[in-house]
Amino acid sequence: MGTYFKRIVKVGIINFWRNRWVTLATILVMTLMLFVTGSLVFASVLLNSSIDRIESKVDITVYFNTDADDEDIAALQKKLTDFPQVKNIEYVSREQALEDFKSRHANNTLITQSLEELGDNPLGASLNIQAQNSEQYESIAKFLNASSYASVIDKINYFQNKLVIERLSNILTSTRAIGWGIALVLAAIVMLVTFNTIRMAIFTSREEIGIMRLVGATNGYIRGPFIVVGILYGIVASIITMVLFYPLTLWLGPKAEGFFGGPNLFNYFIGNFLEIFVLLLGLGVLLGAFSSFIAIRRHLNV
Amino acid sequence: MIVFDHVSKVYSPTSIALEDVTFSVEPKEFVSIVGQSGAGKSTLLKMLLAEDAPSEGRVLFEDIDIHALSKTELPTIRRRIGTIFQDFKLLPSKTAFENVAFAMEAAGASDESIDTDVPQVLELVGLIDKAHHFPHELSGGEKQRTSIARAIVNRPDVIIADEPTGNLDPINTWEIIELLKKINSFGTTVIMATHNKDIINALERRVITIEHGKMIRDAKQGRYIL
Repeated sequence: MGTYFKRIVKVGIINFWRNRWVTLATILVMTLMLFVTGSLVFASVLLNSSIDRIESKVDITVYFNTDADDEDIAALQKKLTDFPQVKNIEYVSREQALEDFKSRHANNTLITQSLEELGDNPLGASLNIQAQNSEQYESIAKFLNASSYASVIDKINYFQNKLVIERLSNILTSTRAIGWGIALVLAAIVMLVTFNTIRMAIFTSREEIGIMRLVGATNGYIRGPFIVVGILYGIVASIITMVLFYPLTLWLGPKAEGFFGGPNLFNYFIGNFLEIFVLLLGLGVLLGAFSSFIAIRRHLNV
Repeated sequence: MIVFDHVSKVYSPTSIALEDVTFSVEPKEFVSIVGQSGAGKSTLLKMLLAEDAPSEGRVLFEDIDIHALSKTELPTIRRRIGTIFQDFKLLPSKTAFENVAFAMEAAGASDESIDTDVPQVLELVGLIDKAHHFPHELSGGEKQRTSIARAIVNRPDVIIADEPTGNLDPINTWEIIELLKKINSFGTTVIMATHNKDIINALERRVITIEHGKMIRDAKQGRYIL
């Protein structure tokens, strides 16, 4: 068994080297495939971080009546914190609201004068609520409206911004879906191209396969070296792809960061180097071996 | 040892390759199968290798029905039959040495026996100094001698030669025939298909004549008559 395995690997390596042109062409196609796959990973990182950032800018604010009890507000805040949909809650006290208001309008004398005239603090406390997902704002707003705290609530700005939030939420959802769709289609195309390239490479060996059978080689012994070659394609192509990504992300990283405001791709590449390499290597090796296995089956069944 | 038992091969009602062929071959015989192109010689030999299945009848190799064997059993029988083809059928990406060694590797021989046996057979066919040439670097006669070396390296019981001299000039032709006679003298059965009249007449061995898919003559010390 050891000799058998050793021979298959040895013959596979020899064939890999001797059929240089076929090897080169196949590795090029496979590198292209892995490159597209890697680019999809990077694109999804950028897209997701952009979407996350936009999503985090959406929130709803609950304004309380000026005579609302602090205890009620605290109780409501505690209750909301336990909601799975709620990501973050920020409490703004009446005093804080006034401070913010004052500093925002510090150079507007009319407003500052009217405030002084008023004497009392006209602003109520408020809660800024961020949901996990922009689709969940409606249910949170509905809960607030229907809850026993409705009496201390002055207004919920969700109902003013409802249309904008809903639209944004729809856009974000469909952007994610379209992103996934494009990625899947691209991935399927490059996989088919790679599979076909390997099939063509094996097709050129069909006569040899026939001769091997006539000489009395078992199917496993004929197939083995082809699978070894397929695996080697995957290994070499994934290494080339990783080498290509280094200068590319180095160059593109700051530019993309400026444009999307997302993470620096180069830092992401270096930070996840092993994961990306294992992903590409695994994909390349699996696709190479699998394509060889399927492609050669045709020629063995004669 | 080898029995063709009422073998027919019908591709379609208008295309009958073989019709009710029956004969047997004893160990150590040298049998020539003659006939015009398209008479059915190659079909006959292909059936012995299970490359092609008969429509009717059986082909037996030492009482085993070759066409009843499974895909996994077939390689074992094929290793006991050495084959030589008109177009040599060498593996183009392997050197002469590796081509011969491949037959041994496929049969699961050890590295040590490959290292001793391959040079021996290459010596026997007179190709030891071209052992590390690729097929495209060899002449027609040298290619055929490589394929003979490959055919005999596993010490098969039978050698099947399908028009082994079809692509060779007269001098190379006689060298190949001499080699086949030598192999036969070591005790290996040889079955050769040919339409070379001079070879058949000079050999003076058993001749089976096939015409339009039928066996029309089986002569012990035959000549080429058509």
